[in-house]
Amino acid sequence: MYAPLEFLDRTFSLCSGSDICPSSDGDNTAAPMDLSLGRVRVPRGASIAPRLRDVLRDEQNSSLVKFLHGTTTLAFVFRDGIIVAVDSRASMGQYIGSGTVKKIIEINPYLLGTMAGGAADCSFWERYLGMRCRLHELQHRERISVAAASKLLANIVYEYKGMGLSMGTMIAGWDKTGPQLFYVDSDGVRLRGTRFSVGSGSTFAYGVLDQFYRWDMDAAEAAELGRRAIFHATHRDAYSGGYINVYHVKADGWVNLSHDDSGITKYAEYMGFRAQTAPTTASTVDTGAASTDTMIIES
Amino acid sequence: MSHPDPGFVSMSFDSDTQRKIVSHQRTWSPYVDNGGTVLALAGRDYAIVAADTRLSVGFSIPSRNFTKIVQLTDQAVLASAGMGADRQYLHKILRSRLEIYRYQHQKEMSLGAIAQLLSNTLYSRRFFPIYAFNVLGGIDANTGEGFVFGYDAIGSFEKVKVVCSGSGQTLVQPVLDQQLAGRQKYDVPDDQRMASLSLAEAIELTRDVFNSAAERDILTGDALELYAVTASGVRCERFELRRD
Repeated sequence: MYAPLEFLDRTFSLCSGSDICPSSDGDNTAAPMDLSLGRVRVPRGASIAPRLRDVLRDEQNSSLVKFLHGTTTLAFVFRDGIIVAVDSRASMGQYIGSGTVKKIIEINPYLLGTMAGGAADCSFWERYLGMRCRLHELQHRERISVAAASKLLANIVYEYKGMGLSMGTMIAGWDKTGPQLFYVDSDGVRLRGTRFSVGSGSTFAYGVLDQFYRWDMDAAEAAELGRRAIFHATHRDAYSGGYINVYHVKADGWVNLSHDDSGITKYAEYMGFRAQTAPTTASTVDTGAASTDTMIIES
Repeated sequence: MSHPDPGFVSMSFDSDTQRKIVSHQRTWSPYVDNGGTVLALAGRDYAIVAADTRLSVGFSIPSRNFTKIVQLTDQAVLASAGMGADRQYLHKILRSRLEIYRYQHQKEMSLGAIAQLLSNTLYSRRFFPIYAFNVLGGIDANTGEGFVFGYDAIGSFEKVKVVCSGSGQTLVQPVLDQQLAGRQKYDVPDDQRMASLSLAEAIELTRDVFNSAAERDILTGDALELYAVTASGVRCERFELRRD
């Protein structure tokens, strides 16, 4: 019923007609391109499309066109719902493209998605998913289940399999069957589960999460576990950092619990360091370690 | 002998020529980095969008007066770094989309809608990206508050207070963060720092960082184009930069 978005139609090719560019060149996975505005004539036998795909793949690996990457995200189900916690760093190679990314995507008031992999892929398709969920509500007069929503997303990305989409996402929500958590990635994998972590820092987060997870935590305890797991990932994974954002999915929808700076305030709190919050000017400097401008070891 | 690439199988060149073609095509790229630095900065009741006017190809400078900025509406201005050709294409289709919107809705598109339109336009070319790194600046038509949006090449975007893209990004952005966003300073909250910066001070700061970038970045220079968006309209100013 819903065709894939028109402008992402994969049927565009660089050929103007079958006479000069046989489609049976043995490579049907050519990158889709909207060149319908101006057709490009190519020599017989030399298919540009697969070459362009290779070139574009190389470009992504070189420095010209880099997209935002690198992340730690996690979500887990517990007694009172689901905690979703993420960092906020987006790297383009070595450069921190942004330190304030919102990696928890508010699909609607009772569905959350997380962002790992390509930032544009995640935000675009989860925004589109939000539209599809709203259409489901209008057609069926009830909210979409988390299972159905996550399967919509999985089916969409599977359509584009092998074409370079990059997303590792968790869909968390509360439907009439209770709290539900799914992992969906751009390979087309879709898993129901109670505990997931995704991204370059996920191994570190899993370490903390698996060690201290209990099902019967209260919301405050669970949120603190999420924060700590993300914090330790930002500590050991250079591609993770920035702020730690925590959401709680409850029966009546999600709430935003916290937003903490992982490099300064949380570092001070968790690592036994002390952040000096007052400005230190030359005239107020006293001798000793306590006057350092940044963080000092609590001795 | 069959070549690993199916595209070459049917070619009737001798192997030496074929190898030359292969090596030539391996190095071919649809993209050229034409350099340049773009910046957008939002204050309480204004936004600044600025860019240098140099266009470079490798080490040569084909143009010293090539604008990177397009005024989309009376409230929104866009600047794009990256490849000159893709920038001109992008600016052209955005302007035409906004013109259609004006006829259909009898009003200007809001800044937020333009931001999402730009994102969707960039993502529509997800598998053959438009090589342009955009910064969009403007004011909210209702509140008059300044906002800027930073983008990657395929449409990931973020609403921020200050952003810089292009060849001078790594030189300029850390300075802006330190001066404006309060990074490494915990004494003044971020929003207060931005709110206290007047338009005249912001223009001075923009001129300073562009002069600094022109000193150290070979792809940035010649002139600075600066668009100031306020409730009373868009004002364009031009300042000279190093021309060497």
